[in-house]
Amino acid sequence: MTPISRGFRGRRQPEGTAARLPPGQYETRDFPVLSAGPTPHTPLPAWDLTLRGADGKSTRWTWDEFAALPREKITVDIHCVTKWSKFATGWEGVSIDTLISEAAAKEVKTSAYVLARSDGGYTTNVPLADLTNGKAWIAFGYGGSPLPPEHGGPARLLVPHLYFWKSAKWVRELRFMDTDSPGFWESLGYHNYGDPWREQRYSGDE
Amino acid sequence: MTAPPTATRIPWRTATVASVAPETARTRTVVFDVPGWPGHRPGQHVDVRLTADDGYQTERSYSIASAPNDARLALTVERLDDGEVSPYLTEELRAGDQIELRGPIGGYFVWDIETGGPLFLVGGGSGIVPLMAMVRHRHESLATAAGDAHSLRTRLLYSSRAWDEIIYRDELAHLAAEDHTLEVVHTLTRSAPEGWSGFRRRIDKEMLAETAWPARENPRVFVCGPTPLVESVAGTLVELGHQPALVKTERFGPTGSVTPQSTTTKESK
Repeated sequence: MTPISRGFRGRRQPEGTAARLPPGQYETRDFPVLSAGPTPHTPLPAWDLTLRGADGKSTRWTWDEFAALPREKITVDIHCVTKWSKFATGWEGVSIDTLISEAAAKEVKTSAYVLARSDGGYTTNVPLADLTNGKAWIAFGYGGSPLPPEHGGPARLLVPHLYFWKSAKWVRELRFMDTDSPGFWESLGYHNYGDPWREQRYSGDE
Repeated sequence: MTAPPTATRIPWRTATVASVAPETARTRTVVFDVPGWPGHRPGQHVDVRLTADDGYQTERSYSIASAPNDARLALTVERLDDGEVSPYLTEELRAGDQIELRGPIGGYFVWDIETGGPLFLVGGGSGIVPLMAMVRHRHESLATAAGDAHSLRTRLLYSSRAWDEIIYRDELAHLAAEDHTLEVVHTLTRSAPEGWSGFRRRIDKEMLAETAWPARENPRVFVCGPTPLVESVAGTLVELGHQPALVKTERFGPTGSVTPQSTTTKESK
């Protein structure tokens, strides 16, 4: 039985807000920063992005090449596993669909699973199906400005329908894999998939 | 490091308040009895769930302040004026009340004596809480001769706004006084008592160069505090030659919605 917390009234959310919040989340107007270690600062001339197939074939974009790809403006709600959600965040980025079709022309084949790798060694795993058909981007702009380093700049993965640790900051590589392999937090007690609407926060949830 | 992929679900547990004690004007320690608590590692946190009498619920994360071997689980919470949960925990909650806890959570920002040393801890404000769990665990372990004090030598650099805002001030002084392998260095950023001879500024490169174990000793480094402090300290330590992989961070704010919001948890954590 859930105990009542004596004297706790809480702050009821307006109805529209409540419907927009996944279970256990609350709305914040700020943009908290959470990272496991120091923020890497990769200069743009040294930055590139690689898509690598399971067979080892890969293709890469320099910053200038990446910035010349078709870009999209994205407005989405984001949900952090530490409980905060932020509504209507505005991003600019390149769709993963765009990157995959460019890579296909270079004979880089996709596989069912993807491991994103970042500067600093961070990794996270996402099924390919969660990155395609307009569901994910490599974002380089936030709120009309270049994405600041503490929020993952120069570029981060943006997968807004999953908990935000899946949206790897400082991303440098997407590696396609035939079998799933847990990333950093997924190996440290967090859920392998991370759907906020099913409250898949930790290993063993659902 | 690796959690089993097929772990069982971490359950919500009913926690009963055993005692409450003020730490500073804005912070308070709440000690809970948690039947069935599976134990934790220093640095981990818990999810807290409050339920109003009409069924409304809300959740937050708080770092654990107690050492794993303590009989009860302690959280130290800072009151945030615009907070939904922290004013309740710091002002309303009293012995005998019940809330729900889920944990322990987080497997990265953790240290125990098996991790080894030397250990360099940097805290800002209520960011001291998970670091205190490490200090207490270390102290208890050494008291039972479970580790080598020199190899676990520890320095804590702790930034507070004022003397009266230093959380665990007396306990830290007491621990350092009886253990020459534990050094506690305070810096006060807003005001200092008359005759204060310690640091009186925000943590900077010079202060870190003076207080951190040299990078060549490969110290384990844990930094917890408000985002600007953590960004600055972690970046500066890398400049001073520390390996990024040995510098573990936990940031909170600018929402301050969590007293050390874990981290380790994540926005790509």
